[in-house]
Parts: sequence; C-alpha cells; structure tokens
Amino acid sequence: MTTTSSGVLRVAEYRYATYKRLWQGSFVSTVINPILFLLAFGVGLGSLVDERTAESLEGVAYLSFVAPAMLATSAMFTGVNESSYAVLGGVKWVPTTHAQVATPITPAQACLGHLLWMVARVAMSVVAFYAVIVVAGATESWWVIAAVPVAVLTGTAFAACLQAWSVGRTTDTSFPNISRFVILPMFLFSGAFFPSEQLPDGVEWVKVLTPIWHGVELCRSLSLGTATLPGAALHLAVLAAFALVGAALGVHEYRKRLST
Amino acid sequence: MRPVSVAAVSLIVARDLQKRFGDFTAVAGIDLEVQPGEAFGFLGPNGAGKSSTMRMIGCVSPRTGGELSVLGLDPETHGPAIRARLGVVPQEDTLDVDLSVHDNLIVYGRYFDLPRSLLKERAAELLDFVQLSDRANDTVEPLSGGMKRRLVIARALVNEPELVMLDEPTTGLDPQARHLVWDRLYRLKADGATLVLTTHYMDEAEQLCDRLVVMDQGRIVAEGTPRGLIEAHCTREVLELRVADADRSGAEDVLATIDQRVEDLPDRTLVYADDGDALLAHLHGVGLRHETALVRRSSLEDVFLQLTGRTLVES
Repeated sequence: MTTTSSGVLRVAEYRYATYKRLWQGSFVSTVINPILFLLAFGVGLGSLVDERTAESLEGVAYLSFVAPAMLATSAMFTGVNESSYAVLGGVKWVPTTHAQVATPITPAQACLGHLLWMVARVAMSVVAFYAVIVVAGATESWWVIAAVPVAVLTGTAFAACLQAWSVGRTTDTSFPNISRFVILPMFLFSGAFFPSEQLPDGVEWVKVLTPIWHGVELCRSLSLGTATLPGAALHLAVLAAFALVGAALGVHEYRKRLST
Repeated sequence: MRPVSVAAVSLIVARDLQKRFGDFTAVAGIDLEVQPGEAFGFLGPNGAGKSSTMRMIGCVSPRTGGELSVLGLDPETHGPAIRARLGVVPQEDTLDVDLSVHDNLIVYGRYFDLPRSLLKERAAELLDFVQLSDRANDTVEPLSGGMKRRLVIARALVNEPELVMLDEPTTGLDPQARHLVWDRLYRLKADGATLVLTTHYMDEAEQLCDRLVVMDQGRIVAEGTPRGLIEAHCTREVLELRVADADRSGAEDVLATIDQRVEDLPDRTLVYADDGDALLAHLHGVGLRHETALVRRSSLEDVFLQLTGRTLVES
C-alpha cells in the first residue's frame, strides 16, 4: 500500500511527466522574462536613477537594489502561474486529479503532491534567475546564496494559498482578477522598485501583511549583506506561516472537492 | 467442511446504504451483495442513484447512512487499502490528454506504487488487450471516444484489480465502438473478473450482466437475472404499434377490448402479449388500423417501463 510520502511523490512525478512533454514554453518564460525585466528596470531605468542619486537606495547601484527583489517577485509569479489554471484544470477540464483519488492516492496527497511539484517549478525559475543576476554582477554579498531558498519559500507561500482557492472554483473567471487586483498591486508596491518607506504613511503598514514584501526585503538584505538575524527570522516566519496555512487550507479544500 | 458465511465471500455488501447531499437524497437506502466472479449491473435512468452508489463503493464518496463493506473492509476507515484493489472506469474520461497512451498507463500505475519495469510490461500487455498497441506513443488528445474508453479500461486493469467498476462504460459511443468495448468486457468476464457496472442501456445490461438491480429515484425497484426480471415483470413478446392521429381514437377503442397491458408512449403504443403475432391477427380481425406494427421480444426496457411508468433513456 502507498505510504503518505510516497503518494505525494507519485503525484509530483505525474506533474513532472506532463512537464517533460510541454517544457519548452515554460522554460522560455522562466529564463527569458526575468532577463527582460532585469534589462528594462535594472539597466534601463537604473541608468537614470543612478545618475541622480543612490542615497535612498542604501548607497548601491539600482541594479543591485532591484535584482534580488525581483528574485522574490519572479518566484511569486511562478507560484501564481502554477497554482491557478493547472489546479482547477485537474478537477474540471482534464480531471486527472479525480483519476488520482480513485487510486490509493488520498485528496491530501493529491494536494501536497501538486504543491511539491509547484515548489520544484518555483525552484527552477529561482535558480535560473539567480544565475542571471550573479552573472550580471548585481549581487553585493555571498549571503545572496541564502536568498535562493527564501525566494523559493516566497513562491511557495503564494502557490499554496492560491492552490487552496483554485481547487474549489467552478469557473476560471476569478483568476484574471486575482492577477490584476491582488498580484499586480503587490508586485508594484512590494518595495521591489523603490524603497517601501516611500509609500504614503497611512498605507505603508499594509506591506507587512503581504508575503511578497517579506520576500523582497529578505532577499535584498541578503544580497546587499545587510540582513540581521531578528529581521530575517521575522520575514521567514511570516512566509512560512503563509505557506503552511495555505497548504492546510489546500488539504481541506481538496477533501471538500474530491470526496463528496 | 464449515459453511462460509455469505458476508465473508461477498466482495460488496450494502445494507440500507444511503447518500444525501443536503436535502437531496441520491441513494435512499439500498441492500445488495456482489459475489466474486459475478458481473453485476445497476440499470436505471440518469439520476437514479447509480453513480452515487458506484462512488461510495469506489471509496471516493463517504456514505451518509447504512452499512457498506467492500472487499471485506469499511470504505470509511480503509479507503486507500480498498482502492488499491479496485479498477475504476469513471463515467467521464479522466485521462491526461497531453500524455501519450503508454504514459497514461505508467503514470496511473505509479499511483499504486508499482515499479516502472513491471508497469512497462503490463502496459504492453494491456494495450494489446484493448487493441491500442499501435497507438502507444501517440498522445491521447486525437483518439476517438471509443479508443479513449478502451484506454481507460486498460488503465483500470493496471493494478490487477479484484473488482472492476465501470460507470456507464459505453455511454456516448457509436454502435461499433460500443461492441468493441463489450467484446473486451466479455473477455474480462470470461477470465473470471468481477465486474460491477452501471448502464441505462438495457441491451448492455442483458449482454454483460449475470445479475442486476433496477434503480429508480435512489431505490432498488427490482433485482434478478436479466431473463428472470423479464419473465417476472413482463410478457414474452411486445407488439409495437404506430397509429396515425386520425385513427387514434378508433385504436384506443379496439385496444380497450383486450386483456393485455397497453402502454401509450408519445411516439408509439406498446401491447404486451406472450404471442404477439396472434394478438396482432386478433386486433386486425376486430378492425384495428395502424401505420406500422412490430412484434419483438420483451426487454429490460419494458421491465423498467412496467415498474416505473417511464422509459430508461428519456429524450
């Protein structure tokens, strides 16, 4: 009989089998998109910013300011992409998740196995982006290597929460709105492109509630070598909480959807 | 030798089994037993509770009342252990259309924690069995409905199940594809497999089932062998008449003079008789006018009509 962990692995293995067949498209977006973003913001916008002042950017070039932050935001986008249509599709359009739970696989294993695969996908994109920013010379400290797992955790937090939402939907109409009204504002105001202290005082506190701000802050401070232990612990705790609560909700929602 | 109790050898035992969704009752308390090697059918129209019953037996839907034992275990506490020994052909194809025919079998077999080397052997055998060997490396997407169905059947056999559950195995297939599926299921049955299937086609039930229950509105309304049910609830033959509108009232008057049961359907009138030709000759003698008349053997469709006043496949 399938054990709990092997069931999770079998589900992730299935996702890998489908990815192997269709990897080209996502590989391009995984590697090319961050490079384009980095060129546009880091080099393009950066040349303008660096001419004026670097004081508000902790005394570093704009590229070094923005690149590690985008490590976190690109992880967020990968997590979001993997956890919306693919999750709903598995219980609706191509009901392969229903197929899984007709076997010894349980709804909880179906949920966590797919999440494990999303973590792997986030890790792939983070590693690719990491290689780009290191080669571009956009890092200041060896600590930046620790930003890799932090970014993966950031992407996982988003993937787990959105997965729990997606599996319970009957249509995909909410997904574009989530991108427009939740993810995009988080991306723009996460502090990735300008210091979040410059947000209006009245709304600045909101950033603390968003996982992306914690991911951006921690990745950047590691890359710049300015991270402190208490700060890092707090950021990690918030990200881990989002990931764990998301996964717990996901297991609950999978049971609700698949075991009726 | 000590007698073995029925419960010990039955693969499925249900007592007052119920399924409710809020105020809606899908299965209103049914009793049944399925023995090893049997081909057991649930016959009934859409919404009769067949699929809900199948999902409870398949351990994907918890029962809301009564008792259920599958392979001697309780689905509530041993779901994964039972599912490991079942082969499930769901009503809706749940194949991954982006994967190849072969990979669909491998991926599914991995859910049972079977090693890849073993699965490769089994996939080759099973694709041969369902006559899809030449499509092994094609993606599933372009396959016909009948081919997909056969692939789902092959997939359900990948863990060498003790009990194969088929929910409307041929719904939506053209007659030729349906016969090919029946042929494969017949072979499975001949090899000693235990089959449980649902259908709203009486010919499917007659062809495949050793024993069946007729379900309607969440209840079992009759149980027996296909032949036994027909004998118990129906005459040997049925006379089907189509009458022109102008002759309708005259025909009704004539039919009122005979003892046989008459069923008026929107498009035709059924008259039940052990000797249809003799009855037709008699009706002609007393002045019946009709467009067409057909004498046929009675079927489970007639049994269903007799029991519920409705046809199995409502248009």
